Amino acid sequence: MTAIGRAAAVPPGYALSDRLRRIGAMLLRNIYLMRSSWIRVFDLMYWPLLQMVIWGFINTFLASQSSWVLRAGGLLIGAVLLWDVLVRGQFGMTLSLLEEMWSRNFANLFVAPLRPAEYGFALMGLSVIRSLIGVVPSALLAIPLFHYSIFAIGLPLVIFYAVLMMTGWAVGLLMCAMLIRFGLAAESFAWASIFVLAPICGVYYPISTLPSWLQPISWALPPTYVFEGMRSIMLDHVFRTDYLMSALLLNVVYIAVGLTAFLIAFYQARKRGQLLQTGE
Amino acid sequence: MPAPETTGDGTVPDAVIEVKGLTKRFQTILAVDDVSFTVRRGQITALLGGNGAGKTTTISMLLGLLVPTAGTIRVLGEDMLRHRYRVLPRLNFSSPYVDLPHRLTVRENLMVFGLLYSLRRPGERIRELAADLAFAELLERKTGGLSSGQKTRIALAKALLNRPELLLLDEPTASLDPDTADWVRSYLERYARGTGASILLASHNMAEVERLCSDVLMMKAGRIVDRGAPDELIARYGRQTLEDVFLDIARDRRQPAEAAQ
Repeated sequence: MTAIGRAAAVPPGYALSDRLRRIGAMLLRNIYLMRSSWIRVFDLMYWPLLQMVIWGFINTFLASQSSWVLRAGGLLIGAVLLWDVLVRGQFGMTLSLLEEMWSRNFANLFVAPLRPAEYGFALMGLSVIRSLIGVVPSALLAIPLFHYSIFAIGLPLVIFYAVLMMTGWAVGLLMCAMLIRFGLAAESFAWASIFVLAPICGVYYPISTLPSWLQPISWALPPTYVFEGMRSIMLDHVFRTDYLMSALLLNVVYIAVGLTAFLIAFYQARKRGQLLQTGE
Repeated sequence: MPAPETTGDGTVPDAVIEVKGLTKRFQTILAVDDVSFTVRRGQITALLGGNGAGKTTTISMLLGLLVPTAGTIRVLGEDMLRHRYRVLPRLNFSSPYVDLPHRLTVRENLMVFGLLYSLRRPGERIRELAADLAFAELLERKTGGLSSGQKTRIALAKALLNRPELLLLDEPTASLDPDTADWVRSYLERYARGTGASILLASHNMAEVERLCSDVLMMKAGRIVDRGAPDELIARYGRQTLEDVFLDIARDRRQPAEAAQ
């Protein structure tokens, strides 16, 4: 029995390299999963592609009817691509957690020295990977199809992406907390929840379109600043740093709320025995 | 049940598990009721009891997957409730009711867990275990496509990746054919003997417990109702096998004092 020697002194696992190794392990687990199943990767790209094509044609039609849309070619395509960054960012987190629930792997994971916060960071990394897989092909395809390149926005695009990803993480952490608390019974809600932001955040229209009582709620949501900021760049050629600062500040608050909810849900799951029973 | 010898600070020398007053209540259900026991280094200890006796709940609390309602747990000298992450790298766990991801190959699954346990050379350790547990030919196969026996071997390999000083096993040979089950038992015996590791296992297989374990904790309705070496328990109840003792306890047929008369 070559593998059996004296019981080894195992490293305590507190070093930064150990923490990074565990986060890397969770990233690797999901990369293996995606590599093993092309349909999972195709699924990530399918809806963003479909959305981009639909809104591309709507944009083309409206550009011939509306001077507002005509002023900035691809306004609606840019909006839908950024919207998909937010949606895929949240789905990326939720899906990674659901994969562990579907495969009944929770107990193995949390008997290992994987801390909930490390798992949370891994989920954030996975949401970046999944959102890039989902949105970049659509963004590239929009160039030959509709002669619109979102990359023309330049550096602000990176900032918009970061802001939307952060909001996706905040909502994703809240949904992960719900899934841990309520199990797969909360799965449908976890998929649908993010869409409540679509009408409020002014994805396709300015916030001034909303009734006045709804506008303060809209300005309390970070994506609003991204979509307004995008229109400001595309229509007026102005990058609003005040929007950026507001969005970042709000994101810090929402991520703190999401992370707290996630850690509380995890502790509650340990009290209720839900880490062993992650089904319905 | 004789009380274990303790040092001046109340701890048991050479103890890998020390549990005092462990209680778990789920709303109105008392799953584990004021349980206290010790497992010494190098021992293979069995946790026996019928369905719903509290075995899995007890093991879950030892692993930190479940927070107790009351009581203290020291594992490998550390307070499990306060310093869980100091202990987890030194123990491991396997259960037929907890799966490894089906879509990953055996090698991929073991690689992920090797990194989770901070192994410096996970590939090398996987090769060692594949040779020891005779699953080299399964390394590139999807875990979900394996037979029950093969899955058990892979789950055991996962549990041995970090060379644990303490191994907690929930029904390690459940649903295995007699040949594979015998093979797993032999391996566990050799592992414990070769490394000095301790094993706590929950099992419904009395022959397995008689063969492997030097100490048995009998649970019923969330309490430890008796304890001893298999031979001692059999003698105390005046029975031929541990299974008879188990049935006596499960059906409230005889008490040890009555058996001694």
